[in-house]
Amino acid sequence: MSDELSNDAVVESREEIVATDTEQHPSAGAERAAAALAGVAPEPGVAKPDAILVADDVSKSFGGVRAVRVDHLEVQRGTITALIGPNGAGKSTFFNLVSGFDKPDSGTWSFDGTDISGAPAYRIARRGMVRTFQLTKALMRLTVLENVMLGATEQRGERMLAAPLRWVWKGQEDDVEEKARALVERFRLSHMAHEFAGICSGGQRKLLEMARAMMVDPAMIMLDEPMAGVNPALVQSLLGHIQRLRDEGTTIVLVEHDMDVIMSISDWIVVFAEGAVIAEGRPDDIRTNEKVIEAYLGKRRALPTAQENDA
Amino acid sequence: MNFMDVLSNALRGAFGAEAAIYALAAVGLNLHFGFTGLLNFGHVGFMLVGAYGVAVSVSTWGLSLWVGLLIGIGCSIVLALILGIPTLRLRGDYLAIATIAGAEVLRYFYRSDWAAPITGGVYGLRQFANEFFALNPYSSNLELGPLLFSARNLWVMTVGWSLVVLTSLLVYLLVHSPWGRVLRAVREDELAARSLGKNVYAYKMQSLVLGGVIGGLAGALIAIATQSVNPDNFNPAVTFYLWAIMILGGASRILGPILGSIIFWFLATFLDSFLRNATASGLISPDVISGPDVGALRFVFVGLCLLLLMIYRPAGILGDPKELRLDVR
Repeated sequence: MSDELSNDAVVESREEIVATDTEQHPSAGAERAAAALAGVAPEPGVAKPDAILVADDVSKSFGGVRAVRVDHLEVQRGTITALIGPNGAGKSTFFNLVSGFDKPDSGTWSFDGTDISGAPAYRIARRGMVRTFQLTKALMRLTVLENVMLGATEQRGERMLAAPLRWVWKGQEDDVEEKARALVERFRLSHMAHEFAGICSGGQRKLLEMARAMMVDPAMIMLDEPMAGVNPALVQSLLGHIQRLRDEGTTIVLVEHDMDVIMSISDWIVVFAEGAVIAEGRPDDIRTNEKVIEAYLGKRRALPTAQENDA
Repeated sequence: MNFMDVLSNALRGAFGAEAAIYALAAVGLNLHFGFTGLLNFGHVGFMLVGAYGVAVSVSTWGLSLWVGLLIGIGCSIVLALILGIPTLRLRGDYLAIATIAGAEVLRYFYRSDWAAPITGGVYGLRQFANEFFALNPYSSNLELGPLLFSARNLWVMTVGWSLVVLTSLLVYLLVHSPWGRVLRAVREDELAARSLGKNVYAYKMQSLVLGGVIGGLAGALIAIATQSVNPDNFNPAVTFYLWAIMILGGASRILGPILGSIIFWFLATFLDSFLRNATASGLISPDVISGPDVGALRFVFVGLCLLLLMIYRPAGILGDPKELRLDVR
């Protein structure tokens, strides 16, 4: 993009992309999400009509670096909300903070109306807010099926005293296995069900992680770079899975770097830079947001303002 | 040089009371490391408190042996909590440091002059397990060809191997349950288990306590079998023999500690007996190996055998080579 190009021309070309993207037929879930977010202004920290996650004044410093300083952020229920931003913008750290995997310096946040600030990670997960990891964590020496079965909550046989008494938990275990098999089937891993998860390919591990998280019956699932290192064909399949989860009512929050992916599936986008939320909005709003372009390309390479053009 | 003698000694070692006790302790260690991934380098500490629980209760306080056994088990639980509470929230290597140091601190504590009125200090305690041998149902020695077991020995072996079988069965039931699935998940990746709503800290603590109690039982059995305790018998080397036994048999295999202990003690007694026989009969010149060297030398050869086993069977005898091919970090 050269400096000679005028502001209008760039915006125009971006609007063309928007037009071609919206030609696809949106799914029921996408339409529902769009309707719910219809009146929401594209401003950082804006209130949502039905927020499932609300974070206030969450901050975290590493040494002298303020990695995260989010004043206010709400995530609308039943949407795919993407967190984007340059490397080091604090997206993953924010993920770690709200999911209980890291302790913030300050801040409160609530999930589904309950204050969960500072709660341990396992409690947050049991409440229905489950996350995956940027570097997939397949449980290598457990089979694929065992990996998924592990996700079931409130298993009677998971208490040590009940564990040797097979009859106490066998019935529930059969139900868990049936549910796990269905998920393994859904994520196309049936042929691997009884293999060690350690022999799965990178893409299969991403699928496995998602299946495992779904086993918890989450109301919200947080995916940390679900497409990283996955081949383009599988990206499409992963996208399909994510959209289907949204269509079924699960809220999805994802961190992702691939802009094509973000623009095609997100209902709402939150842009991070230097730890703070600098913009929010629908994909169309974000594409043309000057702050965002500046954050990604740097001030010098960003769209020249009208005054600069004159000068 | 009587080869039959050497072999019968070796077999007696392989199935004797010591092998049973080490197998029992290794079952506990296997629960820690093999199934939960806890790096416990101070397993001997659990054995020490188990042994002294029995010895002190009977010799110093005049309690019954069985109360002593319960006190020994109680001490193992307390030790597990003391070691676990500060370290299990941290990375695995912290537990390793805490356990190895904890076991040594305990040994020095029990042998100190300050504790001597209770623990007998460096001299230890003896003759406190008469109640156990009073129950001995065997009245005569057992002769199996060249193998000879005394009635006393037979009784300790019976109890020892029974405990090994019972605890192995318990561990089998535990790890083949949803509880065991969580334990193995913790071993593979704590964060993943946590992200799925599992209270990893509680599971690690349960594993540490249970494995510690099994270790404490093994210690109590050593004290009972030998009718004596001495702090210096519980040195760090014991922990590493247990690690060798567990890895040799195959970590995270139910029968691993049992097979490992049998092989370990077969090798140790075979080499000891062989070297003694060979030096005594002049097969090996006394200039090369003299009598007193044998005790140390046999472990050199045991080490060599373990080395070879690890090169050719890196996952242990019972280990699944498929697991080893997985790229575990």
